[in-house]
Amino acid sequence: MSAAAADVATKVEKPPAIPRGWSRQRVLGYALVGLWIVLGIGMIVYLVEAWNSELFQKYAPGYISGLGVTLTLVAVSIVLGAVLSVPVAYARMSRNRILSSVAYAYVYFFRGTPLLTQVFLVYYGVGSFRPALEAVGLWGFFREAWYCAIFSFTLNTAAYQAEILRGAIESVPRGQWEGAASLGLHKLQTLRKIILPQALIVALRPYGNEIILMIKGSAIVALITVYDLMGITKLTYSRTFDFQSYIWAAIIYLIIVEILRHAVEWIERRITIHLHR
Amino acid sequence: MQSVWTLLSWGPEGWLDDIAYGVFITVSLAAATLPVGLMIGFLVALAKQSNEPSLRLAGNIYTTIFRGLPELLTLFMIFYGAQIGIQQLMRLYDPTAAVEVNAFVSGMIALGVVFSSYASEVFLSAFRAIPKGQYEGGYSVGLSGWQTMRLVVLPQLIRIALPGLANLWLILLKDTALVSAIGLADILRQAGVAARVTKHAFLFFGVAALIYLLLAIISSFGINAIERRVGRQQVQR
Repeated sequence: MSAAAADVATKVEKPPAIPRGWSRQRVLGYALVGLWIVLGIGMIVYLVEAWNSELFQKYAPGYISGLGVTLTLVAVSIVLGAVLSVPVAYARMSRNRILSSVAYAYVYFFRGTPLLTQVFLVYYGVGSFRPALEAVGLWGFFREAWYCAIFSFTLNTAAYQAEILRGAIESVPRGQWEGAASLGLHKLQTLRKIILPQALIVALRPYGNEIILMIKGSAIVALITVYDLMGITKLTYSRTFDFQSYIWAAIIYLIIVEILRHAVEWIERRITIHLHR
Repeated sequence: MQSVWTLLSWGPEGWLDDIAYGVFITVSLAAATLPVGLMIGFLVALAKQSNEPSLRLAGNIYTTIFRGLPELLTLFMIFYGAQIGIQQLMRLYDPTAAVEVNAFVSGMIALGVVFSSYASEVFLSAFRAIPKGQYEGGYSVGLSGWQTMRLVVLPQLIRIALPGLANLWLILLKDTALVSAIGLADILRQAGVAARVTKHAFLFFGVAALIYLLLAIISSFGINAIERRVGRQQVQR
C-alpha cells in the first residue's frame, strides 16, 4: 500500500512553469521601459548634436568650480550644523521646561519654513540691521552672499540634525541607560560607550538623507548670486540660451546623489553586519 | 519713516493685500499639485510593486531621476524646456511665434513630479505592509482585481500611508516657495517686492516665514483631524 503510494508520488511531476505570456502588465512595462530608453537615447543624440567644443571649453571649468562650491557649501554647513545640533538636541531632551521649549521653537521654525525664505531672510533681511552689525564688526560677514548661505544652511541643518540625533538617542531603550548605571558607568561614559553606538545605526540613514537633501537644497543659493553648480548653470543658460547647460547640471547632480545614496547603503550594510544572519 | 502697522495694513498704503494674494497663489498651487502628485505617485507605486520586472524597472527609473534632481533644477528644466519645446513646434507653422509658458502650470508639473516620486515610496512601503492574505481573501469571495484593490486594499493602504503623505504635504507646502524663482507671485515673491520697495527686508521676509509657519500649523491641525477620523474607523472595525 505504502509502496503503491510512493509509486504514485514518483510519477507526479512538477507542473511546468506557467508560460510568461504577453500579459497586459508586461506589454505596459516593456512600453514604459522602451519610452525611457527612447528618452535616454534622445538625450544623448541631442547632446551629441548640440556639442560645441568652443562652448564646452569656455564653460566646463565653471561647472567644475561650481561643483566644488556646492560640495564645499554642503560639507561646511553639515559639519557646523552637526556641532550646533548637539546642544540643540540636548536642550530638546532636557527636563527644563524653558530650555526644551526654546529648542522646540528653534527646531519648529527652521523645519516649518522654506529654506529659501530663511536664506532670503538672512541675505536681504540682515541689511536692516546694518548699523548695529557694523558696530560689532559683523557686517563684513553678512555682506557676502557666500557667508549668508553658510549661516542659514547651518542653522537649518542643525535643526534637522538635532531631531535626527534626538530620535536616534530616544530609540535606544531606557534599560540600556539603567543597565549601564547599575554597572557603575557615569552618564557621559554611558552615552559614549553604550548609547551612541546603538543610536548611530538608527541615525545613519536619516543623516545620509539629510546630506542628500542639503545637496539638492543647496541649488537655491543660485538665487542669491552664489555661483555653485546651479548658479553656473543659470549663468551659462542666460548667456547662451542653450538648453544643454541644464542637462549637464542634471547629470552631475544625479551622479552625486546616486553615489551618496549607494555609499550610505553600503555603510549601513557594513555596520549592521552583526544584526544579520 | 512709515510705521510697521502702516506697512502691514490692507490697501494702497500697506502690503497686506499683496501678501494675501501671494498666500492665495501658494495655497492654490499646493492644493492643485496634491491630487496630481498623489495620482501619479500611486500609479508609480503600483508599477514598482508589480510582478513584472520591466514595470518595476520603469517605476524605479522615474523615482531615481526625480528624487535625485534638485527641485529648483527640475522646475527650471520644465519651465524653460517646455518653452523651447513648444516654441519649436509652433515654429513649424508660424516662424514668428513666441510662446510664454504659464508659470503656475510649470510649477504644478515640477512639484507634482517631485511629490509623486516621494509619494510612490510611501505608497510602496504601505503596500508591503498589507499581507497577501488580504488579496487572496478578496479573490476568494469573488471580487475582481480592481474591486479587491478598491474595496479591500485601498482603505487599509490609505490608513498606513497617511503619516508619510502628511509629511510630504508639509514638504510640498515649503517647496512651493521655489516657484517665486520663475516669476509666480507667491508669498515669497510678494514679500520680496514689498521688501525692495519699502527697504524693510527683514520685516517682510520675517512675515513671509511666519505665514509659512502658520500654514504648517494649520495643516498639522487638519492632518490630526483626518488621522483621528481614520483611526476611529479602525476602532469600529
